[in-house]
Amino acid sequence: MIKGLDVRANERQFIELKEYIDSIRQSQGILMQTLHKAQEIFGYLPIEVQKFIAHEVDVPLAEVYGVATFYTQFSITPKGKHKIGVCLGTACYVKGSQLVLDKLSKELKVSVGETTEDNEFTLEATRCLGCCGLAPVMMIDGDVYGKLEPKKIPEILAKYKD
Amino acid sequence: MKIFRSHVLVCGGTGCSSSNSALIKQRFEEKIKELNLDEEIQVVSTGCFGLCEEGPIVIIYPEGSFYARMTVERVDEICEEHLLKGRIVRKYLFDESAREEKIKPLSEVEFYKKQKRVALRNCGVINPEDISEYIARDGYMALGKVLTEMTPTEVIQLVKDSGLKGRGGAGFSTGMKWSFAAPNQADQKYVICNADEGDPGAFMDRSVLEGDPHAVLEAMAIAGYAIGATKGFIYVRAEYPIAVHRLEIAIKQAKETGLLGKNLFNSGFDFDVEIRLGAGAFVCGEETALMQSIEGKRGMSRNKPPFPANKGLWGKPTIINNVETLANVPQIILNGPGWFKSFGTVKSPGTKVFALGGKINNTGLVEVPMGTALREVIYDIGGGCPNNKEFKAVQTGGPSGGCLTKDHLDIPIDYDNLTAVGSMMGSGGMIVMDEDNCMVDIARFFLDFTVDESCGKCTPCREGTKRMLEILDKITEGKGTMEDLDKLEKLAINIKETSLCGLGQTAPNPVLSTLKYFRDEYEAHVLEKRCPAGVCQSLLRYIITMDCKGCTKCARICPVGAIEGKVKEIHVINQDKCIKCGACMDACTFHAIIKK
Amino acid sequence: MKSLEELKKLREESIKNIEMRNTDKDIRVVVGMATCGISAGARPVLTTLVEEVAKRNLGNVQVVQTGCIGMCTLEPIVEVYTADKEKVTYVHIDPEKAKRIVSEHLVNNNVVVEYTIGSAEKQ
Repeated sequence: MIKGLDVRANERQFIELKEYIDSIRQSQGILMQTLHKAQEIFGYLPIEVQKFIAHEVDVPLAEVYGVATFYTQFSITPKGKHKIGVCLGTACYVKGSQLVLDKLSKELKVSVGETTEDNEFTLEATRCLGCCGLAPVMMIDGDVYGKLEPKKIPEILAKYKD
Repeated sequence: MKIFRSHVLVCGGTGCSSSNSALIKQRFEEKIKELNLDEEIQVVSTGCFGLCEEGPIVIIYPEGSFYARMTVERVDEICEEHLLKGRIVRKYLFDESAREEKIKPLSEVEFYKKQKRVALRNCGVINPEDISEYIARDGYMALGKVLTEMTPTEVIQLVKDSGLKGRGGAGFSTGMKWSFAAPNQADQKYVICNADEGDPGAFMDRSVLEGDPHAVLEAMAIAGYAIGATKGFIYVRAEYPIAVHRLEIAIKQAKETGLLGKNLFNSGFDFDVEIRLGAGAFVCGEETALMQSIEGKRGMSRNKPPFPANKGLWGKPTIINNVETLANVPQIILNGPGWFKSFGTVKSPGTKVFALGGKINNTGLVEVPMGTALREVIYDIGGGCPNNKEFKAVQTGGPSGGCLTKDHLDIPIDYDNLTAVGSMMGSGGMIVMDEDNCMVDIARFFLDFTVDESCGKCTPCREGTKRMLEILDKITEGKGTMEDLDKLEKLAINIKETSLCGLGQTAPNPVLSTLKYFRDEYEAHVLEKRCPAGVCQSLLRYIITMDCKGCTKCARICPVGAIEGKVKEIHVINQDKCIKCGACMDACTFHAIIKK
Repeated sequence: MKSLEELKKLREESIKNIEMRNTDKDIRVVVGMATCGISAGARPVLTTLVEEVAKRNLGNVQVVQTGCIGMCTLEPIVEVYTADKEKVTYVHIDPEKAKRIVSEHLVNNNVVVEYTIGSAEKQ
């Protein structure tokens, strides 16, 4: 069971989100942008935040939930401290990115889409990152690692473990 | 305006940025300042040069020296030698350009020689964050011409005459699309730029947005004038942060310069552009799903008609054009339809950008006239497969396309020819595969993708692709039967015919084309329980060779105790127990364990 | 932006900066920029040439630097290569002389004989 978000303790974040919504309120169809912003602020989209957005943007909660779960970039569960995304675009795949992903999964003892028990890493398979010249690639917190081989993985992970 | 005697262009595209081009640029700036040359030499961050394999790339003008595989460490030497003393540092130049005594200009390097850059004309040439550099390259002249000298009908006719077809995949006439939306009366119409480039391995749209964002804005305004729309949206993938950033800057600068906004060129025409971000849904590249997403809903496609030109975004007439298509428009307006038709084929005029990737030497972006043979792109420009491996197949059109074999290498590339052999142009991804790639596995890979990305609205796509994937899984695990192959084919044809939108209608293509051209590989999996390329895990066997020294390391590491053997004797893997995790192979210090 | 003329004016301004990135040109002006050239004052000569060429919109002229030309006592040296003619070598050039080379040789195709290596050797 995921622990609920303490609305009180995160009041500042809610104010920030409200200010953002107010700044774009005159545009049409702002739900997606709002969810992007909310995820940036909270790191994920807990139900409390979804409720808040439903109220502020004036769309039913069911629709907010529907959109939040339709798109892969939105997450309704918290993520680990470091996000690892292994590119499974075609160019990376033919150069063996699946083996890289398997190695990570083994090293971190999690399946794709899961977060390690210590909340340090979330392992994801991403769509094409567009640096096909460096294939196979993965991204950790915005840093790209290219021309990977499974045996390079432990060394890279070590940099993020402290 | 300040004039510099030398320009250092550093590639700021995603590929080169990923290998630290920003740090290289920073070091150039620091070192140039140190040498007191900052008043004379300008450092510019540009869009993609195309030859991503050789990145990070730096080009120094006026000489046009092409420094490849740059590192921060090399910067100081280049500054001291080249920039200060005028001595080009040959050892760091792109290998091919420095091979002979006379340094080859970029335009004569094999990779660039056969290219014709129209959509990419400014990529790697201008600073995308400076509108004046775009204007220097005739930027916004087409918009000015259209607004001051042409009627909307004339604009549409001109684009029709050019024969420009949508570069996003389907290849529908751009001029026709515009002409459907123009006569519709409405209080508001929209122009949408589809920058939801989802095909894995295709990144030309991103490169255009990163390297030449104003060309897209200019074209959108031209389209707006042609159909009577005053508002544009760019729907771009959130995975493209650099492109989004450059677009934001471009929109801001265009507004400040009065090239977006109210009463452009004193013509009474207003046009404004807003960016909307996707959130990771491949189906949103389909136009009806894309519009749903801009409206802030789940991106699910719907039936056509009504077509967007009649009932689009928020029910208003809308045209949706792809990035690369739009990037061609200003050039067509300025140079005329005749110029555009002078490249390419009669049915498909102009050029097309391809993203070369996979098992190929020169990974990167290439723009060639339509009708160029696959062989020229893959061998002459792309340099063939690395490590002397044999070319097996090229996949075009992403998850909607198919795999072609070496028998197809001499086909001139255009929309009709690729469709005729069971693939498609798609957005222009071109992934090369060699003997080490298993075609059944590739088909499974694409199906896995479409199953994941199906929006779930129509049954054939939602359920059908899943059943196909299950069959493919069965085959790659060595449990398939010959009946499965027939079933697979039947299902594929059904899904193609009955799906709601382009995603489902094309999803079976990778399976159908591999079944057609690589049936022997499927049969090897089914009949011989063997994966000829040695990719499919379940069909592989780990074997210990005579090189084994009997160190017992593998036996100790094996999680299921499948390895037996005494100290200093050759070990043996019990194939019944082995789970093919590969841990033994990683552990062996003598490379005595192989996969077969 | 109110008119096409306004945009064209803006383009003319901007083109001067970016023209350098076109390497396909008929005339090449080469300035010796080795240690000897620099200490004799080649840097201001180079920048003057670049500025003058840009100011006059000489789109077919490329100004580049090179290493030691080999006649250190005659530095700063400027060489002009044209497509049809032979190389002309100017010696002991300063920014003022550079301006004259641009206006007379590059614009009007009249070699400034008095600055050439031939007349310098006669002296």
